[in-house]
Amino acid sequence: MLRSRIIPCLLVRNNGLVKTIKFTDEKYVGDPINAVRIFNEKEVDELVVLDIDASVQGRGPDFKMIGDLAAECRMPLCYGGGITSAQDARHIMSLGVEKVALSSAIIQRPDLIGEIAEEVGRQSVVAVLDVRLDRAGHYSVWTHNGKTETGLNPVALAKDFESRGVGEIVVNSIDGDGTMKGYDLELCRQIREAVRVPMTVLGGAGSLKDLQTVIQKHGPIGVSAGSLFVFKGIYRAVLINYPSHADRERIQQGQLP
Amino acid sequence: MIAIIDYGLGNIRAFANILKNLKAPHIVARRKQDLSEATKIILPGVGAFDHAMERLNASGMRETLDDLVLRHKKPVLGICVGMQILGRSSAEGKLPGLGWIDGDVRSLRDDGLHLKDLLPHMGWNQIRVDQDSELLEGLKEAPEFYFLHSYYFKCNIPADIFAEVDYGGYFPCVVQAGNVYGVQFHPEKSHHNGVRLLKNFWELGSC
Repeated sequence: MLRSRIIPCLLVRNNGLVKTIKFTDEKYVGDPINAVRIFNEKEVDELVVLDIDASVQGRGPDFKMIGDLAAECRMPLCYGGGITSAQDARHIMSLGVEKVALSSAIIQRPDLIGEIAEEVGRQSVVAVLDVRLDRAGHYSVWTHNGKTETGLNPVALAKDFESRGVGEIVVNSIDGDGTMKGYDLELCRQIREAVRVPMTVLGGAGSLKDLQTVIQKHGPIGVSAGSLFVFKGIYRAVLINYPSHADRERIQQGQLP
Repeated sequence: MIAIIDYGLGNIRAFANILKNLKAPHIVARRKQDLSEATKIILPGVGAFDHAMERLNASGMRETLDDLVLRHKKPVLGICVGMQILGRSSAEGKLPGLGWIDGDVRSLRDDGLHLKDLLPHMGWNQIRVDQDSELLEGLKEAPEFYFLHSYYFKCNIPADIFAEVDYGGYFPCVVQAGNVYGVQFHPEKSHHNGVRLLKNFWELGSC
């Protein structure tokens, strides 16, 4: 049976790993290559690496860094940050990356989805939606590290992106980011019910139980987290970690107490 | 010497890294001259079927590859779309495949995948071994591999099917006809199971 995927999400800034809370308050976590090596040893299901500076600084992807990471990675790798063309996407795939993640570029120009899918195959095109709940209680998609509001509804956008040929949708709750208080289950449900491409939920996971909750409700699904896999304890001491094979089995079966 | 065919598609560096760690001599082949010492061939591939065939045909390596595989019977391992193009045709495109193994590529959705099931088939899935395969030696009974695809390889000869996987019904994921091997999943991204499979391919015929 197809298993749900448990996916560490690493944020890169100035060649270092960082972790944010609600997209600010970043803390330096360490060296990305070192983290990848540890995740190799732990045999993680998949890895997501997002360069959070690229789009904001208006620069393209750092191909050297991506190539170095991909060469080290023995699990499927999804990279996002600064991709604005099909050539970028093809170049990144040629470095040994399985999936390219896009956000602001495809919101500004949705035709890019088709162009990239044509080049690398739709199975490798991932849309990332950074979502915030506004004061009126409506979900809205933001870009550029949560600084630019698009006013777009994430469910409508997810449907549109599906019809345009994305192979996966990552839904990232800005409100949950770094809080470790659990996923936004309502947001997850709304997107899951709207699309039939694979989906990954990100933002807020604080325990393995949080992963289990989503998997039991919506599996097979991707459950991704940053803080959960890079911090330990209430003082957020940096410790790269990932559930053991036995715990992963329990999570899949819904047997974690 | 294993030649990893680099025609612009697929995870060349991941294969090269694994082979390097296994101390298996290999070369990344970009033109036909690079194939002169090849005793085995890895044919990766991602993306659309026609795009893969166009690029392979344009690489200048096609004739030499046909010669190595069909005449000299060198073992070749096709991976993901690299496996699919081993067949004759694909529902995904119009171009003919390599035709090295008797099969046609079809859409999972067209062949009974339930509408509620998600596409692409993405993630880790257990395979069911139907016949002993040299590629799967040393692996446990139902090993897991990483899949990422929406089309599958339909074998016309049941004896060519060595393992299958269940996603909306069982379909072939390890096929072999003589010296031609194909796997639908990504061994280069499947941790120790994938490393073992590539080691097995490297060691084919050496004992």
